[in-house]
Amino acid sequence: MFGTISPTLLVAALMVAATPILLAALGELVVEKAGVLNLGVEGMMIIGAICGFAVAVETGSPVAGFAGGALGGAALSLVFGVLTQFLLSNQVATGLALTLFGLGLSSLLGQGYVGIKPPATGRLDFGPLSDLPFAGRVVFGHDWVVYLSLALTVGIWWFLRRSRAGLTLRAVGESHDAAHALGLRVRATRLAAIAFGGACAGLGGAYLSLVRVPQWTEGMTSGVGWIALAIVVFASWRPGGVLLGAYLFGGVTVLQLNLQAAGVAIPVEYLSMSPYLITIAVLVVISARGTRRSLGAPADLGKQFHATR
Amino acid sequence: MQRRTFMGAVATAAILATGAIAQDDPVKVGFVYVGPVGDGGWTYEHDQARQAVEAEYGDRVETVFQESVPEGADAERVMTQMALSGADLIFTTSFGYMDPTMNVAQKFPDVKFEHATGYKTAENVSNYSARFYEGRAVQGFIAGSMTETDKIGYIASFPIPEVIRGINAAYLAASKVNPDVEFNVVWAYTWFDPAKEADAAQALIEQGADVILQHTDSTAPQAAAEAAGDVITFGQASDMAEYAPMPRVSSIIDNWAPYYIDRVGAVIDGTWESQSVWQGIGEGMVGIGEITDAVPEDIREEATRIKEAIGSGEMHPFTGPINRQDGSVWLEEGETADDETLLGMDFYVEGLSGEIPN
Repeated sequence: MFGTISPTLLVAALMVAATPILLAALGELVVEKAGVLNLGVEGMMIIGAICGFAVAVETGSPVAGFAGGALGGAALSLVFGVLTQFLLSNQVATGLALTLFGLGLSSLLGQGYVGIKPPATGRLDFGPLSDLPFAGRVVFGHDWVVYLSLALTVGIWWFLRRSRAGLTLRAVGESHDAAHALGLRVRATRLAAIAFGGACAGLGGAYLSLVRVPQWTEGMTSGVGWIALAIVVFASWRPGGVLLGAYLFGGVTVLQLNLQAAGVAIPVEYLSMSPYLITIAVLVVISARGTRRSLGAPADLGKQFHATR
Repeated sequence: MQRRTFMGAVATAAILATGAIAQDDPVKVGFVYVGPVGDGGWTYEHDQARQAVEAEYGDRVETVFQESVPEGADAERVMTQMALSGADLIFTTSFGYMDPTMNVAQKFPDVKFEHATGYKTAENVSNYSARFYEGRAVQGFIAGSMTETDKIGYIASFPIPEVIRGINAAYLAASKVNPDVEFNVVWAYTWFDPAKEADAAQALIEQGADVILQHTDSTAPQAAAEAAGDVITFGQASDMAEYAPMPRVSSIIDNWAPYYIDRVGAVIDGTWESQSVWQGIGEGMVGIGEITDAVPEDIREEATRIKEAIGSGEMHPFTGPINRQDGSVWLEEGETADDETLLGMDFYVEGLSGEIPN
């Protein structure tokens, strides 16, 4: 049925397609674990996309570009951080505003970068390993950001589950009052988490503009940030689940385009709605397991913290 | 219901108020765009034309635009907002704005609307479109002559007559020079999503296509083709010259400026009337971007000849004998397609594989 589609190229393509979503969703996972709901992922991603693109073009170095993208995303997220943590603004409204602001600011910053080609980010060279059948392309045939995103998944899992700092972060997210009573620094922890989330989203955006597309176009994230937000819930706030969700979504998107290109006789309507259908189906299955609490949502997610005592 | 009546009353009051002092006020022209003005394609060209209007009339016009407006209920809200804030003429520049435009136009009989690429008109609604299929025929000829794998990838947006017409015109021209040519059509269901367009181009290239035609608005497929190396593409809606000479070997350019200047001028003079126009290469609304050196000399010359023949009306891209996909006769020998059939085209011509989604 899959006719002429090469599974090797398909898996390789889905990993590339999923990487921006994975990076952004991992960042948001950490933010939400700290009890903050930042709906501005889309805005931070697009700022990361233009900052990364601009820095890469100006310096000629894609690595500097990714660093610039991460910094841009983090800087924007700190606007959100200051507004919500110090000025106690509403997190949902501020997050939405951040997305609008990011989209506008990015098109302003991007005025001079339309139609320019960024320096290429090559695949890492693993020598003879890259010539292996299947694994050579799928495991050893990617650029370094793909490996970074996978390492980040493991790293965040380890941090949240095994490290003391991770425990502090989770405590802040579960009950900021209790954490505060214990003498933990709630605001500082949250601010750090927000900045980390912004950096990850910025990295994801830079991956779009530097590798996946690769060029700067206004509005180029076109909704990826929202998908990343959904995937955090989909994953029940677990890094492994985020990886699965991102690859599933990326995979179905790439698969449906490949099936169409191969001329497989499935009506196109079903193919194009399949990524969304599958996401909804999985969300239904997961939520059937229990309430928000038992799914692993941090208890103080989205609540404001004001130290009264 | 009450709120609607109230809004209607407010609108009428607003229009009467502006009408009373209209003499010295600049004419306010609104533009509703489906993508961002920096998309490098469709919306970019509409915005270039908006700027041309400003340059032409200076202080006598004031233009406003709203970009990335989704097709559907949101579009209606945006148009209502523009009409309420005193726009005299509103250009709605995407097929999917057709019904929203008709609805809003009914509520604001004194505001004039110009809808692009649709087929409905009213007392205060004109529709205008370009015969992109004429450009597609030139593209199809180059594509069919250049392909070595005999596989041509086509990134389609939505299954609407305009897109289907383009596929048919390109296929007819390509199969005429190269009877073995095959078209792989991917429906992206978006006008603008660079990542998805890049993925679609990638998938087509992996299936062996060495020519990519696109009916989506971003330059992402161009970048994907460039990365692949020996794949050629065509600029869509805009010249996309930054990808010349390879992979972009030519382009279809939408030139809306003369039309927009003409229509805004008609509003200023008070001579505006509802109309329905469909202009092509001959009138200059459709332009063919420079054919680069990557195309062999003889093909380039022949492509230019086809372009000129279509422009002068001596050649029609849909000239019989042409059968429909199911084998039934559409056009007899020497017969050319009438505009009505073209405007509502919902079938593939014989030779194309796959089905058109509903």
